[in-house]
Amino acid sequence: MTREMTGAKMVVQALKDQGVDVVFGYPGGAVLPIYDEIFLQNDIRHVLVRHEQGAVHAAEGYARSTGKPGVVLVTSGPGATNAVTGLTDALLDSIPIVVLTGQVPTFMIGSDAFQEADTVGITRPCTKHNWLVKDTDSLAPTLHEAFHVATSGRPGPVLIDIPKDVQFATGEYAGPKPAASHYQPQLKGDMEAITELVAALETAERPVFYTGGGVINSGPAASQLLRELVDATGIPVTSTLMGLGAYPASGPNWLGMLGMHGLYEANMAMHDCDLMINIGARFDDRITGKIDAFSPNSTKAHIDIDPSSINKVIRVDIPIVGDVGHVLEDILKVWKSRGRKVNREALEKWQKQISEWRAVKCLTYKPSETTIKPQFALQRLEELTKGHDRYVTTEVGQHQMWAAQFLGFEDPNRWMTSGGLGTMGYGFPASIGVQMAHPDALVINVAGEASWLMNMQEMGTAVQFRLPVKQFILNNERLGMVRQWQELLHGERYSHSWSEALPDFVKLAEAFGAKGICVSDPKDLDDAIMEMIEYDGPVIFDCLVEKHENCFPMIPSGKAHNEMLLGEADTQGVIQAGGAVLV
Amino acid sequence: MSALHIKKGSTRHSAYNLRPTFSDTQERHTIAVLVENEPGVLARVIGLFSGRGYNIESLTVAEVDHTGHLSRITIVTTGTPQVIEQIKAQLGRIVSVRDVHDLTVEGDAVERELAILKVAGEGDKRVEALRLADIFRANVVDSTLNSFVFEITGAPDKIDAFADLMRPLGLTEIARTGVAALLRGN
Repeated sequence: MTREMTGAKMVVQALKDQGVDVVFGYPGGAVLPIYDEIFLQNDIRHVLVRHEQGAVHAAEGYARSTGKPGVVLVTSGPGATNAVTGLTDALLDSIPIVVLTGQVPTFMIGSDAFQEADTVGITRPCTKHNWLVKDTDSLAPTLHEAFHVATSGRPGPVLIDIPKDVQFATGEYAGPKPAASHYQPQLKGDMEAITELVAALETAERPVFYTGGGVINSGPAASQLLRELVDATGIPVTSTLMGLGAYPASGPNWLGMLGMHGLYEANMAMHDCDLMINIGARFDDRITGKIDAFSPNSTKAHIDIDPSSINKVIRVDIPIVGDVGHVLEDILKVWKSRGRKVNREALEKWQKQISEWRAVKCLTYKPSETTIKPQFALQRLEELTKGHDRYVTTEVGQHQMWAAQFLGFEDPNRWMTSGGLGTMGYGFPASIGVQMAHPDALVINVAGEASWLMNMQEMGTAVQFRLPVKQFILNNERLGMVRQWQELLHGERYSHSWSEALPDFVKLAEAFGAKGICVSDPKDLDDAIMEMIEYDGPVIFDCLVEKHENCFPMIPSGKAHNEMLLGEADTQGVIQAGGAVLV
Repeated sequence: MSALHIKKGSTRHSAYNLRPTFSDTQERHTIAVLVENEPGVLARVIGLFSGRGYNIESLTVAEVDHTGHLSRITIVTTGTPQVIEQIKAQLGRIVSVRDVHDLTVEGDAVERELAILKVAGEGDKRVEALRLADIFRANVVDSTLNSFVFEITGAPDKIDAFADLMRPLGLTEIARTGVAALLRGN
């Protein structure tokens, strides 16, 4: 059934038909007709952010914590260019978001009109797909296709650029038709390859599951299937930063996160395994370290919905293209039908070896009675919040790695962090998006003071929409990770890596009408955290921590997994010229 | 256990049909990409090559199905086997790309290019140019008393050879279309 309506009304109608309940946005000249339609209805809530980058990160937080696409509405020109960082972030982390941008009217495109930018040109390399809609009749199908593309296959950000005259003009509106799209990625894996993987799994002596964000993206059922497979086989499992929560941190086979700042036992298991089963991860350089020394003696299987991920970085022996959930289901089916076999004797030996690695206690740090160690702050946060309905976002840097190491995630969609792009300023707006989706949950953004300042304007949003997001700032008055690299790589010349002229965060909170808490003594920490949790409203928690703490364990650039640094004593002259050029 | 199940002559790109990719040798491949002919589609393909640092030796594009609005892009590229596989996989994930064929792997392909050459000269040089054009089956499509414009089709090598011969005879300008290619047989 089609109906005649204006383009602006179509936008709102299509959002409703796609089940959208929240839009993050910022108005401007080229989207005024759409804002008019938003004003005239009550089904879709609009969250007014304070900067368009914040809108996109908020939509990402919403998407990651719900599994539904996040929606952004911004104006032309600067509205669109400000969204670019968020789009790139979502592209690298495969987060489904739909960004609607206003554009100057079609007859003015190309004339360097006021607030005109070549939005589809600028965003072509940082979206999964984008469209410029030039007539109102094609607006509705494009809107529905956009949601389909954003959420199908490997999810990602899409953008629709809508000129103002297209918003004013009337055209035919039709609802979504699921089968209408040519874009239909393959979901089922090849059974021959799956059987080959199961055969390898049955005989493997030192197998390991290496899971990633693909498990989360595939939906909660995929995480359940992963848990069933891991626990039924007893094979140890590690995860990338993006995949935390797919397998519970309290689970018996959990190795902890792997990679550059991953756990010793996880990286050693990856290096020494004889069968590596990559499920929805992409052999990122933070994971592999030195490519030619990466897990040299293993057979590698790779399950990924995106064929371009396979053999991009690491050559694999058993490629399986398909959706993680579908493939895991088939693996379990085949494994069960073949008699649920594993090489039990060898596995027990392997688990014994892993316990030896675990006994190294790689997360040990030097405690202090006078200053708050950042690791200690996170341990206390974990202890005092783990029983809550908790969601955690982070900014980027040392605090992010410590959060990944010291916080435990029992379920998927509970951990929102900028992995691929490493966007400082991600966490605060993301926490706003998460809180919008889960109004009663405890939403904490673990931040560094430098990252947090990058999008601090969103305090206005948090206060306006009464979002009780907790900004847990580990304040070392340094760009901690930059400082750490300068210490290890650049002769301790700390070029521009300290934060001077920092605001008084308590006063800053109060200036926005929120609560500020400052703590510097380890003895006061628990009470302060409890005060933060119990306060019904946004809190800036200024936790003054040790200024020169380094984040360990660490695989230096250009080194292999079995060449980890476990602490300060290991750091002398560790990074050679070849590694110094890497990031 | 490193059986890659390599199947030669696959009709669509699939990770199951990967060729061994550990070689460092540079290969030249002709890739046919069927795309939805919508605004910006060529920019997506070209942007992929520039953004990821791949080579384009030649590229041709035209709409081949006017009712279905499908265009065929023929790209000649060079790279190691791993890079070629990545190029095909990356092309395949562009939303407006319907199909990717590696004509170099899938079988014997007919490759043709069209060139138009302007040769200016008088006397013996002019006669020689005309004689060579005849040997190469180039057509004269324009002539004045002191110039010819030749049209020639063929494999890129043949056009190179013809252009090399015309250079001392007064070649002033050349326009080439790049390669269009189809698999032989059915």
